[in-house]
Amino acid sequence: MKQWPLILGIAKTHLLTKMKSTVTASLGVTFGIGAYITLVSFMTGLNNMLDDLILNQTPHIHLYNEVQPSPEQPLQKALDFEDDLLQIRSVRPKRGQLKIHNALPILKYLKAEAGVLGATPQLRAQIFYLSGPLDLGGVLYGVDILEEARLSNIGDYIVEGTPEALANSDNGIILGIGLARKMSLRMGDRVQVSTPSGGIFPLKIVGLYQSGIADIDNTQSFSNLQTVQRVMGQPSNYITDINIKLHDITQAESMARTLERQFDIRARDIREANAQFETGTTIRNLITYAVSITLLIVAGFGIYNILNMLIYEKMNDIAILKATGFSGMDVQNIFMSQALLIGLFGGGIGLLLGFGLSHLIDSLPFETEALPTITTFPVNHNPLYYIIGISFALLSTFVAGYLPSAKAKRVDPVQIIRGN
Amino acid sequence: MTPVLEARHIDKYFEKPVRFHVLKDISFSLPSGEFTSIMGKSGSGKSTLLYILSTMDTDYTGSLYLKGDLLTGQSGNELSRLRNRHIGFVFQFHYLLLDFSVLDNVMLPAQKLGLKSHEEIREDALEKLRMLHIEKLADKKASRISGGEKQRVAIARALINNPSILMGDEPTGNLDSYNSENVFQIFKKLKEEEGLSLLIVTHDTDFARRTDRILEMEDGRIINGN
Repeated sequence: MKQWPLILGIAKTHLLTKMKSTVTASLGVTFGIGAYITLVSFMTGLNNMLDDLILNQTPHIHLYNEVQPSPEQPLQKALDFEDDLLQIRSVRPKRGQLKIHNALPILKYLKAEAGVLGATPQLRAQIFYLSGPLDLGGVLYGVDILEEARLSNIGDYIVEGTPEALANSDNGIILGIGLARKMSLRMGDRVQVSTPSGGIFPLKIVGLYQSGIADIDNTQSFSNLQTVQRVMGQPSNYITDINIKLHDITQAESMARTLERQFDIRARDIREANAQFETGTTIRNLITYAVSITLLIVAGFGIYNILNMLIYEKMNDIAILKATGFSGMDVQNIFMSQALLIGLFGGGIGLLLGFGLSHLIDSLPFETEALPTITTFPVNHNPLYYIIGISFALLSTFVAGYLPSAKAKRVDPVQIIRGN
Repeated sequence: MTPVLEARHIDKYFEKPVRFHVLKDISFSLPSGEFTSIMGKSGSGKSTLLYILSTMDTDYTGSLYLKGDLLTGQSGNELSRLRNRHIGFVFQFHYLLLDFSVLDNVMLPAQKLGLKSHEEIREDALEKLRMLHIEKLADKKASRISGGEKQRVAIARALINNPSILMGDEPTGNLDSYNSENVFQIFKKLKEEEGLSLLIVTHDTDFARRTDRILEMEDGRIINGN
């Protein structure tokens, strides 16, 4: 439409001559959008960090044998007592093996399965750490460390040494940092582990592990699968856990159920393992959005007020424009474009403000024992938030401008001209 | 020859504060190139009639023709377009856009019409200002010029699209005798040199006496001059 330059020109003149109102209205949008960008980047950054903290240490599906009493006792199968009241006291689970039956074929099957990013075997062993007169109970995981490093962020938590150092060592161990402190051990030292059956093995410390969760750091260590199998005196098919990482996390639940049926094994998916955690994430996101939308709505009301005032001040202009041949639609477009220009400029500066503030927060030091990989506040610089921000700025200014501009469209020029 | 403007049986009521028959069966026609004035006491309905003729007020019964084409019942957008193209309007209180320069004020209706390039419109506007001897004001802001100057700018704006008819609602009502005379001479010159049709509502008998034709109104009727 060739009229747009004219309409925008009039809108621009109005805005420039009313600089004070324009700046006030724009600032409303600027602060709204700036605060939205800052808040949402910071909040989602924190959320992602917390998610990573827990979720990355949890496999999408965890296969293991669970010790549980048999749900059906032999007596209940006996037809002779079908109509009788059966009572069995002191039902105990039978001693089952922790080992996953046919673990190696299952692993092979999983690795070939579509949708599976990777599957790693683990051997979980209850052991004691011996150092001088001290013995501390703990857990030693036998893992395929290179696969673990590829599939999870375990590498981030190895604060000294590398996963490769463990892979290349026949009797290496990556020791929990809490254990190392308690036993005053350093890299390169030896630590002795003893098994419940009594064997004692010396292992060389090739790395230190800090998850940030004290309970884990005080008990947990990693070694090669073969090393732990040897320590426990078990053959190379002795595997107690299989961790599966999927391409698509949402498939975890259905796949876990399939695997349970297929291999008669306990399969725990990530949602089951972290139910309370997901609730927390949802609620935090909800708060973020509630606050953001409030900010944007407040900015929208600011624009509404100022445009309303502007239109009252410009009643004469509206009457003249209409008398000289501008249609109601033209007049509405003039005021709508003023609203949208305010939204565009205020929003644009708001994006810059948000960008600056979120990068400022990102550069602030944030060091904590619990998070060895984090040195500054976590901020999620997702371009999507900037797109949402400017869209909302335009949307809210459109809505805020619509009512006043529709009023301007309906102004009867005769009333204004004769009223004077 | 088709009259430039023709009204047939125009009736209008005011609904507020009480129902009031303000225009009663008005019929007349304006031949092209005629300088007509409408006179009458306050409340005789002359301004009301003028706003109906200007197409800004559409709340009436009867029919209105511009150069033989029916205006009554046209859409608001179409009326805006016709008003832009064919009707120049001058008000009592000048009514310029005060935030804009004099030149912008004059150019706006032509830019809305959109038939010429920006440069041509600018040339036209300067030409109109020159004709009214106010070309030196072109770049001044409209809020910074005197009342008489404002009225001349308003006339330049009314003329920018070379309208078929120029209407005025007491265009001299707010001016001193020197400026009133000035405006009258401009109108007269436009009529004589450009053959423009004019329809001016006025209280000023001296002004009216020198026009080609006086329509005298009383109580919503034309009592004289038809």
